[in-house]
Amino acid sequence: MSFAKSKFKHKSLPVNDLGLTYRDYEGAISTLCAGCGHDSISSAIVHACAELSIEPHKIAKMSGIGCSSKAPNYFLNNSHGFNTVHGRMPSVTTGANLANKDLTYLAMSGDGDSASIGLGQFAHVVRRQLNMVYMVANNGVYGLTKGQLAATSDRGVKNKTGDISLFNDIDLCTMALQLGASFVARCFSGDKAQLIPIIKAAIAHQGFAFIDIISPCVTFNNHPGSTRSYDYVQEHVTTGAVTDFVPTKEEITAQTPEGEFEDICLHDGSLMRIHKLDKDYDTSNRLKAMTDVEEHKERGEILTGLLYLDPTASTFHELNDTADTPMNQVKQDLLCPGERVLGTINDSFR
Amino acid sequence: MINNNTSTVNTKTSINDFVVKFANTNGTGSASANNMFAKAIMRMGIPVSAKNIFPSNIQGAPTWYEVRINEDEFLGRRGGQTEIIVAMNAQSFVADIKDVAPGGYLLFDSSKQIPEQLLRDDINYLGIPISAICLKEFQNPRQRQLFKNVIYVGALAALLDIEFGVLKTLVGDQFKGKEKLITPNVYALELGFQYATNHFSCPLNYRVERRDLIGNRIMVDGNTGSGLGAVYGGATVVGWYPITPSTSVVEKFASYCQRLRIDPATGKKNFAIVQAEDELAAIGMAIGAGWNGARSFTATSGPGISLMAEFLGLAYFAEIPVVLINIQRAGPSTGMPTRTQQSDVLACAYASHGDTKHVLLFPDSPAECFEHSALAFDLSDRLQTPVIIMSDLDLGMNDHLSAPFIWNDKQKYDLGKVLSIRELDNMESFGRYRDVDGDGICYRTLPGTHPNKGAFFTRGTSRNKDAVYSEKSADYVENMERLQRKFATAATLIPKAEISTGLQSTQIGLIYYGTTTQAISETKHLLQKQGIPVDSMRIKGFPFGSEVEKFIEQHEQVFVIEQNRDGQMKTLLSTELNIDPNRLASVLCFDGLSITANQISSDIIHVIEQQIPNQEVV
Repeated sequence: MSFAKSKFKHKSLPVNDLGLTYRDYEGAISTLCAGCGHDSISSAIVHACAELSIEPHKIAKMSGIGCSSKAPNYFLNNSHGFNTVHGRMPSVTTGANLANKDLTYLAMSGDGDSASIGLGQFAHVVRRQLNMVYMVANNGVYGLTKGQLAATSDRGVKNKTGDISLFNDIDLCTMALQLGASFVARCFSGDKAQLIPIIKAAIAHQGFAFIDIISPCVTFNNHPGSTRSYDYVQEHVTTGAVTDFVPTKEEITAQTPEGEFEDICLHDGSLMRIHKLDKDYDTSNRLKAMTDVEEHKERGEILTGLLYLDPTASTFHELNDTADTPMNQVKQDLLCPGERVLGTINDSFR
Repeated sequence: MINNNTSTVNTKTSINDFVVKFANTNGTGSASANNMFAKAIMRMGIPVSAKNIFPSNIQGAPTWYEVRINEDEFLGRRGGQTEIIVAMNAQSFVADIKDVAPGGYLLFDSSKQIPEQLLRDDINYLGIPISAICLKEFQNPRQRQLFKNVIYVGALAALLDIEFGVLKTLVGDQFKGKEKLITPNVYALELGFQYATNHFSCPLNYRVERRDLIGNRIMVDGNTGSGLGAVYGGATVVGWYPITPSTSVVEKFASYCQRLRIDPATGKKNFAIVQAEDELAAIGMAIGAGWNGARSFTATSGPGISLMAEFLGLAYFAEIPVVLINIQRAGPSTGMPTRTQQSDVLACAYASHGDTKHVLLFPDSPAECFEHSALAFDLSDRLQTPVIIMSDLDLGMNDHLSAPFIWNDKQKYDLGKVLSIRELDNMESFGRYRDVDGDGICYRTLPGTHPNKGAFFTRGTSRNKDAVYSEKSADYVENMERLQRKFATAATLIPKAEISTGLQSTQIGLIYYGTTTQAISETKHLLQKQGIPVDSMRIKGFPFGSEVEKFIEQHEQVFVIEQNRDGQMKTLLSTELNIDPNRLASVLCFDGLSITANQISSDIIHVIEQQIPNQEVV
């Protein structure tokens, strides 16, 4: 087991437009269990950010509490991070975003963090259309408190100690769709080919981007009877639409497999190329996306891929008509009305 | 039946020293008429205070507006019976009649008779057929309702000798831009004025006389001061959740921002306000913005403080600037939402689990609400910690005679120890929680500042000086001791206590804070009349400065006057200054109404008499 990460970078490592390698986007060495799906998510984030050539210090890593929320330690060492309190990451991210709209907000949460204690904040940050990427590492179990059932656990599943989930699960994707998220996807942490382009597109998307990532817990939820184990997910996953992400500066040379595809232009001019594995799938139909998720669930399947995208959505700042200069950079002379104005205000109270 | 004329009960003459109370029904539009009455007194140069005693209800329940006129500047709630009551609410009529002081007056709507059994023979009745006049004079049902209030103000002008011209000017000011409303309002005033002139012997023995005692003072509520102070203090981000009595803080902030913070070139806003889903989210937003370098605040009241406690602990431990404006009301739990108290002192000083302490400010006037509100952002940035302003319902929602709001254009925002890209470039290494200057306050960096220096992880878990997660005992202890050191630095930065000593040396000291201040000058006057000179100290903030301990040491008997049941400030003083609690005696009021000078002085005299039973207090 390693306790320190080597800073060595091989000369042959490819560099991005900023001259940085993917290693410049890594974080501290993970303390999560070996094989944890969350580490795969961290790795996908590292690749996505490196390939997009985002300056690491222009990213803010936000999280709540839990195994998932520890993950931001393990990517983007040159970014500021904020481990907030359990379930309340959305409000802190909202405030951070209001203070500086020019950063990229990558948020990591978990099923306990978002679907239980933080369900209210999750719902409202979706409503507010905050420009952020909200990723839930969804393993259907509480890890740090050792194996309790989560609100995303399917009805009837057992946890490691044999407790049965008696209640219906909360599906965060259908909630996000119902509440007006403009980008909704579900991925499997074990499928990087699917996850990396989705994360890249979510970052490029201007508006609220939600990715529910099925991320098996090797310690507490990888047993027979779980519907979040590696084996179960691999056997039951089905994909509605595979996506490639084509940055604005690149030619569209992504290999196109046979079948239907569709290019969606994002806010910054980059493209989401959608390959429809299910030819009926329509990523622009919010209501159908909700139905499709539920229908697959009824068949015992987990529908993954890009579920919905509205590239024309407005962000909170557009709705609020916020000034172009980030709030944390507006100078005193524009904020303080001054003595003379105060004199007039005083007069109005005499 | 009552004769619609002044009765023959003798009334002693009192110029510029009496109380008028308006008994109304919530939702009938009496507030602006009552306020016009109080403001007219002020414009005649006479000190006046007004308290709105209202129910936690939208419409239909009894509400009172109590105006104290006192040219000696005794402007706290006086308590006791009232010289003049304007009884407009049938629901409270029985109680209102009982509340009239012997020799006092009951002004009532004589459109209907008062039942004989309610009558007292020791007070005077001023019956005006207000409903009948409105029915005759106005067609519109809403006007018939609203102008009832304006008519009694007009009548009071004649009865109390208020200059009619002053009222006319006030109407003009109130309806500036809505000129159509001026004529009917002035007409309603005239109707009342004429009726009183024609039917009663005006003016009464209770009356006002023009003085020149107001100077440049203003009449305004504290929440307006707080909201405006936040504008001047540079707040740009607000997360809030509506709760009485704090709601108008953010409403005023929003309204001044709409006027003063729109970029003239682009029409865009230099502010962002979010009405959150609850108090937890409200302070979460403020903390997120503070972490990212914007000045941010939330406003709330007791139940909100309870919900925000976890986040306050995070902001304390992770050292994030944030301002919280707490407009206290009567607790615990939902308590009395529309009554005043100072009962969040301990909850705020130590909000959250673990060893947590917060900086508190205690404004005593609208001018200080403004000043503290602006100052809190500097303190919070400088100290990188939450600062809580401890206003209350009485200060926040009632109009007070106040010094004007003051701002000096030379004042520059103190953004504290935030490293720039150039400073980071010139540093060998950066550690977020290193106490470089020995004052307990560390240097911070904002996200996005530097490509490869200064990034760190903010967390509520224990960490070492370089912000790396650590459960080592030594790291934790060092950090907690540094936070204590920072708190000691805070004591040197917050406003000093205001101490007033008399010419005579005295062993008795009074300690008070916030709205209790309103009763203090009168208390000292009453005690002096009893031969008990006292020194006094107004606490303006927590942690306590060295002067607070010194004042207590210098006095043999110290009374702590506050508006809660458990003597929370007394506990805080005893605990923080390691003082024997027996050295401090509490004078408490927790009935939801403002403490009175009569109560304070009689409680103090009682304690002194008990301590020296064989000596007479002269």
